Amino acid sequence: MATIPTTAARIADAVRAKEVSASEVVEHHLNVIAQRDGDINAFNLVTAEIARDTAKRIDTAIASGNNVGVLAGVPIAIKDNMCTRGVPTTCSSNMLAGWKPPYDATVITTLNAAGAVMVGKTNLDEFAMGSSTENSAFGPTRNPLDTSRVPGGSSGGSAAAVAAGFAPVSLGSDTGGSIRQPAALCGVVGVKPTYGRVSRYGLVAFASSLDQIGPFATTVDDAALITEVIAGHDPKDSTSIPQPVPSLRAAAREGVQGMRIGRVTDLPEGAEPEVAARLDEAFAALEKAGAHIVDVTLPSLSYALTAYYLIAPAEASSNLARYDGVRYGLRTPAADTNAMYGATRAAGFGDEVKRRIMLGTYALSAGYYDAYYGKALKVRRLISDDFERAYTQADVVLMPTSPMVAFPFGDKVDDPMSMYLCDIYTIPTNLAGHPAMSVPFGAGAHGLPVGVQVLAPALGEVPMFRVGGALEEAAGAR
Amino acid sequence: MAKVARLARLDIADTDITHFTEQLAKVMVHFRDVDALDLSAVEPMTQPYPLVNVLRADEEQPCLDRDEVLAAAPSAEDGRFRVPPIIGLVD
Repeated sequence: MATIPTTAARIADAVRAKEVSASEVVEHHLNVIAQRDGDINAFNLVTAEIARDTAKRIDTAIASGNNVGVLAGVPIAIKDNMCTRGVPTTCSSNMLAGWKPPYDATVITTLNAAGAVMVGKTNLDEFAMGSSTENSAFGPTRNPLDTSRVPGGSSGGSAAAVAAGFAPVSLGSDTGGSIRQPAALCGVVGVKPTYGRVSRYGLVAFASSLDQIGPFATTVDDAALITEVIAGHDPKDSTSIPQPVPSLRAAAREGVQGMRIGRVTDLPEGAEPEVAARLDEAFAALEKAGAHIVDVTLPSLSYALTAYYLIAPAEASSNLARYDGVRYGLRTPAADTNAMYGATRAAGFGDEVKRRIMLGTYALSAGYYDAYYGKALKVRRLISDDFERAYTQADVVLMPTSPMVAFPFGDKVDDPMSMYLCDIYTIPTNLAGHPAMSVPFGAGAHGLPVGVQVLAPALGEVPMFRVGGALEEAAGAR
Repeated sequence: MAKVARLARLDIADTDITHFTEQLAKVMVHFRDVDALDLSAVEPMTQPYPLVNVLRADEEQPCLDRDEVLAAAPSAEDGRFRVPPIIGLVD
């Protein structure tokens, strides 16, 4: 058998050039999954037969000289909160165990058309609520770099799948850092595009004004490639942005000559010393590559976590009202409909989901709405205004992705506030609706990977990928 | 919190209510910082972009397959979702 390339871009090139078949690529990855996913638990479901059939179809199309798309034969793992028609989509919740959606998410349709091969549905914190993938009804995912530690979350399965070589690329969703934080903890690249860049049609909603789908990859080029494929206007998502998608792969190779990189002088404290040191080195590397470092302030950032943990649960409490035992998922039988609702929801949801539904219900309830939810929305405006000011001085802003490297299982599971603090540097981006990406940049405590985060203004994916590409190059040269 | 659980249609045991109340109180403590801010002149921000209504042309389009949708329901009958009695048994 031919050697299987390790990146999505090279796999697609090799498959189209008939140097390797899509079927060989898929068999290789299914073998790696079979060997190691028993330890990692990245997947809720490995779709081996679907993957083999898809690969066969691509090989047949290539043999017939038909156009097979830019991701021809590229295996991809999909977070299990994106709808796949006829294939179970669980959100790692007992509420949806065994549910088969009657339609595909737009990203699934787009990936299929591009020739990608789905190899499975990946584990997550239940309904994407968490930062460690420990809150899954189907057991935790383990970090492939150290299986005694968490992979981060909530897209921990998708991050671990790429880090373990189960697929060269995967999709996650990011509501408060759920792509970028696990990317940092697993030592891979993770991208949250601008809110509205990628269609949310068929993404099971957590907090609709914050959710965004994006890729994991081992290289910035692959992350750019997948973002280019999945981004674009979708009439099925009313918040989808009708703007053309620029070439991000080209941007990633452009360099940072003359760019202004913002350093936040009033960044909330809490990063581990090694994480702070890697960030300093990232600034130095970008300066050496021709960029200018400028100081910016984001004075409202310290309120972001509080605002987020009212806004996201408020939206979640509304979105998750649909799980009532009537149209899909679990039903706990009871004498009348009202009793059935309460019993079904108590049986189907895990503790973290219940906590957030209660927090959100409280924040939205009569007498408290203005005091909590209303104020949180005003803080959201302050944060957005802060960024707007900062981006008059800087093209992008650099921050740590996560304050800490991958932590041991059980470390934070009983203390919600300490878990929420994992998201302190990622949440502001979601509140503002901006893009941001995490790029691996050296190691921190215990030799575990550190991610540096590149934040950019709305639709600023081009400057973001320019800096992402430069950071990857500098990290490789270290 | 017992009232909130009822509003959220979550049957939660009394012992768990106590546990959740303690945990959520720890989270709400942080709200004091926000409470101290003067936000009277700030416009609330509900969405990253000002939302406008998106309409499509009034043309027939294929929709979800009814049988496929009902096949995923906990209970269905005669092409409809089946539920327990709605009226008369609520306490």
